Amino acid sequence: MTALTMPARPKHDAGLRPVPWWRMAWVTWRQHRAALAGVAVFLGAFAVYLWLTGLQMHHAEAAYCHPAGSLGCAINFTGRYGETAILVSIALQAVPALIGAFIGAPVLARELETGTFRYAWTQGIGRLRWTVGKLVPLAVAVTAAAGAFTVLFAWYNQPWAAAGYVTPFSARVFDLLGVAFAAWTLAAFAIGVLAGMLIRRAVPAIAATLAAYAGLAFATGLWLREHYITPLVTHSTNLPGSAWIIGHWYTKGGRLVSQSAISQELRGYHHAPATQVGPNTFQAVLDPVRYLTQHGYTNWTSYQPASRFWPFQWIEGGWLLALSVLLIAATVWLVRRRAT
Amino acid sequence: MNMNVIEASGLGKRYGRTWALCECTLAIPAGHVAALVGPNGAGKTTLLNLAVGLAEPSAGAVTVLGGLPPGSPAALDGIAFVAQDTPVYKNLPAADMLHLTRNLNRRFDQRYARDRLAELGIPLNRKAGKLSGGQQAQLALTLALARRPRLLVLDEPVAMLDPVARHDFMATVLAAAADDGVSVVLSSHVLAELERVADYLILLSRGRVQMAGEVDGLLASHRVLTGPTAEAGQYADRPVVHVRRGAAQAHLLVRATADDPVPSGWEAHPVGLEELTLAYLREPGAGALPGPARGRDTQPSEVTR
Repeated sequence: MTALTMPARPKHDAGLRPVPWWRMAWVTWRQHRAALAGVAVFLGAFAVYLWLTGLQMHHAEAAYCHPAGSLGCAINFTGRYGETAILVSIALQAVPALIGAFIGAPVLARELETGTFRYAWTQGIGRLRWTVGKLVPLAVAVTAAAGAFTVLFAWYNQPWAAAGYVTPFSARVFDLLGVAFAAWTLAAFAIGVLAGMLIRRAVPAIAATLAAYAGLAFATGLWLREHYITPLVTHSTNLPGSAWIIGHWYTKGGRLVSQSAISQELRGYHHAPATQVGPNTFQAVLDPVRYLTQHGYTNWTSYQPASRFWPFQWIEGGWLLALSVLLIAATVWLVRRRAT
Repeated sequence: MNMNVIEASGLGKRYGRTWALCECTLAIPAGHVAALVGPNGAGKTTLLNLAVGLAEPSAGAVTVLGGLPPGSPAALDGIAFVAQDTPVYKNLPAADMLHLTRNLNRRFDQRYARDRLAELGIPLNRKAGKLSGGQQAQLALTLALARRPRLLVLDEPVAMLDPVARHDFMATVLAAAADDGVSVVLSSHVLAELERVADYLILLSRGRVQMAGEVDGLLASHRVLTGPTAEAGQYADRPVVHVRRGAAQAHLLVRATADDPVPSGWEAHPVGLEELTLAYLREPGAGALPGPARGRDTQPSEVTR
């Protein structure tokens, strides 16, 4: 049989050495360099813009905002740059979602959609190495890019923090600072690749990624984040402005008072006469909190102190990292067992 | 080298409630250009996907290259697969497709690939998506052959090609089989080319193997008997595969060798591969014994009813 005259081929013994990992590096780079360049250009342009406006903001804050509450500060700093800063932080919230949707989702969806997976998964390297060799470098690249961007944003955010306009826990900056931004970007990428693997078509996978990411980010900001560490509780009414107020309630005689009972009580307060608070000053309406305190109610506030910023960052970064590892592992598992 | 490049026993694959392939038992010996023939939906693609490890069996088992599990490192290493519609990355130039394939495999004969593309007039810097259908197919085939596989699996490789491209493609396949001893398994529902190309035939019908064997053996064990239509009925006891009745004459495809006696008033003719295949495709109920020429340990290689 002619098979015996085949050119030299290695013996197919059990100890067949697999195709080395690093060979995937070129493959991944070649196939995704356009997308990665797109991310680099997009983030780069954004970075230049942040740097230019950031410089102006730094100068304005330094020149007009000492003291912070002055009229000059309100006109020349917050008035002039406040809107920009809010728009920038909103736009940045979308960056992880866009990376997940446009880098993560197509990685596998496009292979499945165009049928090229039948080429890719029958090469000698094998599906496992192919998948891991693609997903891990891409995940590291987008996470590193986001991490670098965080450094710039923290600098951009400095004047606002210094002037007391944003606190570390402000919903619009918390996940852009520290490790959260990189972690959210990684999570978005992981959501994207899994969606691509499950949906198998690029455009629906992109849409699903955006929806899933938005749902997760909103749920985290609205409900989850405040529970990372049990809030502190105080009956002091004098909390630092940087604290993140979680809840507010009253007790009377050691028992919780319902909101309707408080409303009932405050009817009397609305009819209360003006009180003399100083030698020549009358306060027409008493502070409702003080009014309630005078009537035997205790005011309680639960809050997260600003000193918990980093623990919160590590908790958020930690669970997002765990989630991302889980999602990517699930994707690899699906690729391995997927049968056409 | 008595090895089966693909061996299946009781192999089945179910998608939802439909069995795309069912109780498939066959052995394709090495050193052949084996054609997998059958109507659309017969299970050809399913069988090939199972053999290259893109699909997992729902029932039974399949091994490749003499007992390797499909999709195992050694199996992936030894088998090159060109899927239906010859998928290549449309946005990559041909040169990058070569480099890609080289990086994804332990072996890659870069010189062979470049020479081959030059011979075919496929420019290395042109994006794969900009090549003609025939050139894309040739590119995919070149990538597969440059891996120096022991087995080349082609799923409907020529279905989308014009006759010239089809001829050129098959010429490349045959050259690889003849010069390098690559075993080839290809699926096709284009019958016209088979006789020139294939020396082993597997006929799949409704997810089952209807006939399998070396082409020479299959042809030698079948005859066409031509005689008066009125007498055709008397062959009911013979192993008749298919009857084609004309007004005066009937043509009976029977299982018989050249030495078997021919009834008086009847003429016996050898049968062509296309005619034989068509006859079996028209009679999905008929099963055939394989030809006599088989390797020693190529059992089992057929399903008979």
